[in-house]
Amino acid sequence: MADLRTNFVGVKSPNPFWLASAPPTDKEYNVVRAFQAGWGGVVWKTLGEEGPPIVNVNGPRYGAIHGADRRLLGLNNIELITDRPLQINLQEIKKVKREWPDRAMVVSLMVPCEELPWKKILAAVEETGADAVELNFGCPHGMSERGMGSAVGQVPEYIEMVARWCKQHTRMPVIVKLTPNITDIRHPARAAKRGGADAVSLINTINSITHIDLDNFAPMPTIDGKGSHGGYCGPAVKPIALSMTSEIARDKETAGLPISGIGGITNWRDAAEFIALSCGSVQVCTAAMTYGFKIVEEMTTGLSRWMDEKGYATLGDFRGRAVGNVTDWQYLNLNYVTKARIDQDLCIKCGRCYAVCEDTSHQAISQSKNGKRHFEVLDNECVACNLCIEVCPVQDCITMVQQTTGTDARTGRKISRDYANWTTHPNNPMALKAAE
Amino acid sequence: MAARAEGIAGKRLDKEQYAENFADLHPRFTDHEALVEADRCYFCYDAPCMTACPTSINIPMFIRQISTGHPKNAAKTIFDQNILGGMCARVCPTETLCEEVCVRETAEGKPIKIGQLQRYATDELMKEKKHPFTRAKSTGKKVAVVGGGPAGLACAHRLSMHGHDVTIFEARKKAGGLNEFGIAAYKTVDDFAAKEVEFVLSIGGISVKTGKAFGKGLKLKDLQRDFNAVFLGMGLQGVNALGAIHEDADGIEDAVNYIAELRQAKDLSKLPVGRRVLVVGGGMTAIDIAIQSKLLGAEDVTILYRRGPEHMKASAYEQELAQTKGVKIKHWLQPRKVLTKGKKAIGLKCDYVKEVKGKLVPTGESTDLGAEMIFKAIGQTAIDVTGGALALSGGRIKIDAEKRTSVKGIWAGGDCVAGGQDLTVAAVDDGRRAAESMHAYLTS
Repeated sequence: MADLRTNFVGVKSPNPFWLASAPPTDKEYNVVRAFQAGWGGVVWKTLGEEGPPIVNVNGPRYGAIHGADRRLLGLNNIELITDRPLQINLQEIKKVKREWPDRAMVVSLMVPCEELPWKKILAAVEETGADAVELNFGCPHGMSERGMGSAVGQVPEYIEMVARWCKQHTRMPVIVKLTPNITDIRHPARAAKRGGADAVSLINTINSITHIDLDNFAPMPTIDGKGSHGGYCGPAVKPIALSMTSEIARDKETAGLPISGIGGITNWRDAAEFIALSCGSVQVCTAAMTYGFKIVEEMTTGLSRWMDEKGYATLGDFRGRAVGNVTDWQYLNLNYVTKARIDQDLCIKCGRCYAVCEDTSHQAISQSKNGKRHFEVLDNECVACNLCIEVCPVQDCITMVQQTTGTDARTGRKISRDYANWTTHPNNPMALKAAE
Repeated sequence: MAARAEGIAGKRLDKEQYAENFADLHPRFTDHEALVEADRCYFCYDAPCMTACPTSINIPMFIRQISTGHPKNAAKTIFDQNILGGMCARVCPTETLCEEVCVRETAEGKPIKIGQLQRYATDELMKEKKHPFTRAKSTGKKVAVVGGGPAGLACAHRLSMHGHDVTIFEARKKAGGLNEFGIAAYKTVDDFAAKEVEFVLSIGGISVKTGKAFGKGLKLKDLQRDFNAVFLGMGLQGVNALGAIHEDADGIEDAVNYIAELRQAKDLSKLPVGRRVLVVGGGMTAIDIAIQSKLLGAEDVTILYRRGPEHMKASAYEQELAQTKGVKIKHWLQPRKVLTKGKKAIGLKCDYVKEVKGKLVPTGESTDLGAEMIFKAIGQTAIDVTGGALALSGGRIKIDAEKRTSVKGIWAGGDCVAGGQDLTVAAVDDGRRAAESMHAYLTS
């Protein structure tokens, strides 16, 4: 059995699956249910400073996009940080941590961008026995209008400043949660590192409007005829999260900075992908909010079985293994030639590959053979774009097969097994010339 | 209806049981069921379902319209090709047409329930009571349609749409043809056939004259004189003979007539049925009469068919449906003689047969089967009611690809033409195609 135990910047948990700071971690009742279900840890829903509690809207908070059969693919929310009194949250955090000492208890924080409020709240959290704090510089709605959340996360100087205050005023590890609502994720990550943060977590939610209600022409969720953008998460954002994670993992300045991966993680496979991009733990929210806490069992057993099958004894055995394979386009091997192949035994003859190739791509699939419905790839037209594979309803029916000998029927060029990329390509005016 | 012999009685069940037995075989999809099912469609290229549909309904399009929240647009897509799409959704043997070739049948043995989705969409639009098509400007041309069944109705509707004035001559008291008089009751509940006729006629420009048929005052020559074009869609009038001794005994019934009586019955408990029923035949009518006899309270219902299950015209699904309703199907049995007591049939003496070089020969074994009621469901046959005016093929009217008969100005379609499939949906296609050809002729 693979060992899923996790030690992320000194925070230990029996497995890498943490619930992200969000509604599922807002109070003792939910968190205890999560721990009973087997979650490795939680990031407690963001606490604000002492004072009159936060006020949420009393209308709908969520919007979603769905795939076939109303499978939830993306979730949008306009909920703010916790609206429960600070002291109650602190008491519950203390109690839960005492009763579940083996689970990670990280506390998310968001207070105004001044040193004193941060100092005060850090002291209060430290008193609970929590394992670490996560600085919420990511929420893109509501709190950002008050100069917090993503309003901080979009200014690297503020990130660095606040991270530095936090490191100064607490012994707890400090994780900086990053907003994806920014052009280059490396800048806030570098700032966090400069400020002394122990780790970053990403991504927080993305600015979004999921629908416009066509009866009253208002964004959804609609509050009395109006709507504001929310934060988008769920399976739909996973590709964005993976890309941003890879940027930080392979940036010279931030390489090696521990990362807690967040963004659309729905099953063990998603988690393994984030870990392969160097994440030390993964955080889940939408999947739990879609299916409930019990999914963690699939996640832990799935990850464990896959690791066993691959011979990885610990998470460290494969952590970061994909980072070196993320590169820039210009370094991709232009001599690598593949062609799509349709497995005629698996083909159900829906013709979707033909429709998209013929209408929108390269006219590289034929639709009949001897007068019968039959779909086959034409090597002399196939550029190996992969679209046919992506639209095929049957897994593994169409595959890409590498051509290692002969000539490429499309280009007429001999297949070379040598690596050659754009930087040396004759069509590139900036090509590096071999020394003459 | 003639008086029936003893052992054949009504009131075999209590009132509630009749209602339950003859309720909708496949109740309409709820919105949720329709959306879940519609989401399964792959929107295939040059979709096999569409090719398999005799009326070439754009099935992937109408399913997509359902899934995106517009079942009425879906219905319009269906009605564009098949104005009787509502009935076809209920009675088409989809398991041998669109659903048989659905790629999800290939992929996982579970085709999209196209028939059910079609019904969901067409019901949605029909309950609106607003006709989805408008007539073109009047052409001043007049067309006679003989027969108010699926072929005639489809033809009349399309002609009216193109601005021609249509008169339907119908032999019975009301239009609808086999939809009204022939389809199993549990496939078309709540008087749907009549409602559909009303829906088709609501386009306007179509008048129906009932009680009019060839041989009952109607003459082809008169129609040719009084109208600019004629469409013949009067179905089949004759019934095949069993070819057994004592075939005219009391208790031998013609399944088609009995179903017509059942379909028009206001009170099913008054419909007499035998305790033991034998049905001879292997098509849809045999299945329909066998199941309905069972539902009327018959204890033992047995279908006798002279060949194997794979040869039956009724689909595997229909055979299974009969069996789940408690009908027994015996194969390779051919009636030789009706067993009688006085004038009354009390059973059938049947020979076991086998196939030798494509011909059925007796094996030498035989069996006697007792019954109070014996149904003939061995097919209808054409009687040339036009008096030799038109060229025939195999006894039925010969037509070309545009449904033109051998006589200029006369078109034909449905069960009365040669080479047909004996399906509602095929009749509808004939009618529509004929109408398009007639329209071209009338406006050229």
